[in-house]
This record gives sequence, structure tokens and C-alpha cells, in this order.
Amino acid sequence: MASYPSQYRYTKEHEWISAEGGRGTVGITDYAQQQLGDVVYVEMPKTGAEVKSAQAFGTVESVKAVSEIFSPVSGTVEEVNPDLTAAPELINQDPHRRGWLVKVQLANPAELDSLMSAAEYEQFIAAQRHD
Amino acid sequence: MTAPAAHLQQTALNSVHRRMGARMVPFGGWDMPVEYSGVIPEHLAVRRAAGLFDVSHMGELDIRGPQALDLVQWVCCNDANRLAIGQAQYSGLMTEHGAFVDDLLVHKLANDHYWLVVNAANTDADCAHIQAHNRFDAQVTNASARYAQLALQGPRALEILQPLTATPLAAIQYYWFAHGQVLGVDAIIARTGYTGEDGFELYFNPRHAERLWTAILAAGEGAGPIACGLGARNTLRLEAGMALYGHEIDAATTPWEANLGWICKMSKPGFLGQERLEAAKANPPARRLVGFEMTEPGIARDGYPILGGGDGSPDAAAIGRVTSGSPAPFLGKNIGMAYVPPTAAQPGTQLKIGIRQRTVAAVVTPLPFYRRGKGGGTAARPAGR
Repeated sequence: MASYPSQYRYTKEHEWISAEGGRGTVGITDYAQQQLGDVVYVEMPKTGAEVKSAQAFGTVESVKAVSEIFSPVSGTVEEVNPDLTAAPELINQDPHRRGWLVKVQLANPAELDSLMSAAEYEQFIAAQRHD
Repeated sequence: MTAPAAHLQQTALNSVHRRMGARMVPFGGWDMPVEYSGVIPEHLAVRRAAGLFDVSHMGELDIRGPQALDLVQWVCCNDANRLAIGQAQYSGLMTEHGAFVDDLLVHKLANDHYWLVVNAANTDADCAHIQAHNRFDAQVTNASARYAQLALQGPRALEILQPLTATPLAAIQYYWFAHGQVLGVDAIIARTGYTGEDGFELYFNPRHAERLWTAILAAGEGAGPIACGLGARNTLRLEAGMALYGHEIDAATTPWEANLGWICKMSKPGFLGQERLEAAKANPPARRLVGFEMTEPGIARDGYPILGGGDGSPDAAAIGRVTSGSPAPFLGKNIGMAYVPPTAAQPGTQLKIGIRQRTVAAVVTPLPFYRRGKGGGTAARPAGR
């Protein structure tokens, strides 16, 4: 099982964000990609699009299912992972690094404080597994 | 791993699936494996070699008695009188209105014994429906608890299964079955399936399920089948253009609009819904089931609208609905089936499908999307992955 990087923050919808200097990189967690199965298609907003905290901004699809992706923070999309069009499986292979989705200019960095730490997220998914 | 929800039924292999790390989902009231290694590798294994499915959730209904055939003929639209002992037939269980209570396989075990394999979620309703229309000297019983069902599917199915049984499998023709033993276990060995490949479906006492499952997975000298879940079963049947109850057919669908006129034998003596079907046949259906292939990036999912008229914008009125839609792992395309007006049913017709906030182009294509070649080869070109 992949480990959850301690410097990242996590949402209950299973996204992660790695923030530094007012910018954040967003992806879905290892747990999310496992639940989804083999990713075959990714739909992301265009560069310059506004995203809002806890609102859906794109979708990641496996053969079986469509999963909406919720933004951990509010801000402006600065970059979309260009590799995912040809290789959406990067999300399965390396969800916390090469499978990143978008980079966002943060509108309100204080929103990061309301997200879970890696330890809190691991407890959260452990509880989901035993529901 | 999450424990199964209490209200879900479990097959005899439930704990085996969990031990093997399958991802489990509720399906038709059952706790079922949706995938083991992944829908894509499982799908490709069935197209290229073999896969093994636990489909014990399927229901089995026994119809016995001097008038067993009359009862089957009355409730089903296909002509069971054409069956020889040892032969199976795809058919429809019909309402008085000529729509589908279910689709099913009818097996003739003896002149006074027919055996129906039905969809899991419909088993009780099917049984009640047949009983309610039983004015014959025949008894209907729900025998589902007496059977586990394994489906071994793929071009290598025969060579994998043959060492485990003395029954000569090559002698069983497509849609025929034999009574035999697999590893000493009494089984119905049917050359049927729901994948578009050659293969066998085995029905036997559930207490032997784990032994047979394990032995078949271990067979094939290292190149044996892999465990497959319902995810691959769905993509395989979709590529093969087969209907799934609740999607392409339901209690508001006639065989005519669902391309299932071939299972509807209007010349046989009376059956439930026959008059309504006769009347419906006189008029062209208002909608038709078609296959489509996406011509722009996007995956049309079940229930998404086919947009027509005006500008084809996402707000345009729906002229139809997607009944099943998915990536097709072997064909390497995004495909689906949908009901559309007859004017849009010709292959080559351009469709606009509403995918969330977008309008995405597709084209009507002939069904099935995939047809296996004779002699175990493949007619369709595999995807380059």
C-alpha cells in the first residue's frame, strides 16, 4: 500500500493537495484510485478556470464508474497534468505524484487548515473500511 | 476489508472472493465481486484465453409435470417446442402486455422437466409470475438454493475444463448441455455464456463451489483462467451486443424495439402477450435499440440523453437514452447501446450525447460490436494495448 505523504492535506472525498508558496497541486488518493479501479479517462477544467472549495471541478472515470473530483481549495487553475490524456493510468500507478490532476493558485490559503493531515486521513479511511 | 451488508445474499464463494481481494459490490440483492485484478485485464483474459466467473447469484426455476412444456410455452415468447432434450434456448418471460418480465435461458432436461436460468434480482418475481399464470398440470419451484453456477469463458475454456471431466466437451454444441461430473461433482455442463466467447456454464451443488472454483483456477498448466468479476462480465456482454435486463429490456420494452424479434415466435400456439405483440408488430416501433461508438473523447454512461433537434446543445430535448455505455476494453473504443427514434437508427447516423455539461458526438454502429471468429480466432481487431 502506498503511504500518504505527511506534508500533504486530504479531503473526505479522497483528494490530496500539496501546497507551497500560495500554489497547490491536487490529485486523488491511493485509496480513491483503488476504489475506482483502472482509470481510463480524465476530464479536467481548462487553465484559468476558477475552482471552489468542496465543489466538483472535473471527473475521473474507470471502466465501471465516473467519479467527480472536488476541489480541496478555492482558486484558479494554473496547469492541468498534460500526461493524463495519453496515460490516465498514471493515476493508478502513482496517485500521489505523477498522477496529479491540476495545479491551483490558492485564493485563500487558510482553507488548508480545515483539511485532514495524513494521520487523520489514514484514520478516516480505516474507519470507512470497517463500516 | 468491509464486511458484506447484512441485507445482501451471499454466494457459496463469498469468503473466497474476499480472501482473494476482490472488490465487492451489491448487485441484484447479492454481495458480488465486481473485479479482482481489474476490469480491463479480466476482460482481455476472456477474449484471449479464459476467465472464471462466480455467477451463482443467477436464479434457477424448475418446471416439472406432464404439461411442463405447455406452461413454458405459455409464459415464454420463444418456441420451447423446438428444443431437444439437452438443448437450451434464449427466451423472454412475457407480461400480458408483451413486455419483458425477464430474459432467461430455457433448458429441456426431459419431456416433463424444463429448467430456467433467470436474472438474480428477478428470481422471486419470475417464479411468482409463472405460478400466477400456471393453469397447467405442472409445478414451478424456485431451485436457486440448490445450485452454484460458475462460468468458464474464453477461447481456451474447453482445453482447460476437459482434463477435469470425463464428459467429452467438444461434443456439446453451442447452446446444448450435458449431465456429467467435474472432479467427481455432479454438474450440468452447458455450452452457454454471456461474454461473446466460447465457454461453459457449470451448475452444481453449492457445497462443492470452493473446490471447483479453486481447481478450475489452478487448471490450464499455468496458463489457466483468471478470476473475473461482474465488471468484466458487463463490458464483455456489451461488446457482444447482448441485452441486460433493467437496461436494454424491462417491463416497458417489447422484443421488436429491442432487436429481439428473433426470440419471439409469433406462429407458435398462444402465449402471454402474443396479441399485444401482434398489434405492436403491425406498427413500426417508436424507438429502436442501436449500438453507438463515441467519435469524440468521452464515455456515455447508462441513462445519459441522446440529444436531438435544434442545436444539439446540452439543453436540447432528449430524443433517446443510453441504456448501457462503457469503454470497450478489447475494441479500444467507447461504446454503448441506446434507444433512439427509428429515423436515427440507421448505422452511420450521427448522434449527440449529453455527457454532464458537454455534448459529445457518436455514430450509430451495427450490433454486435464484437463477434468472435470461427475456430477460436477473433474477427475483430484487438486494441493496441
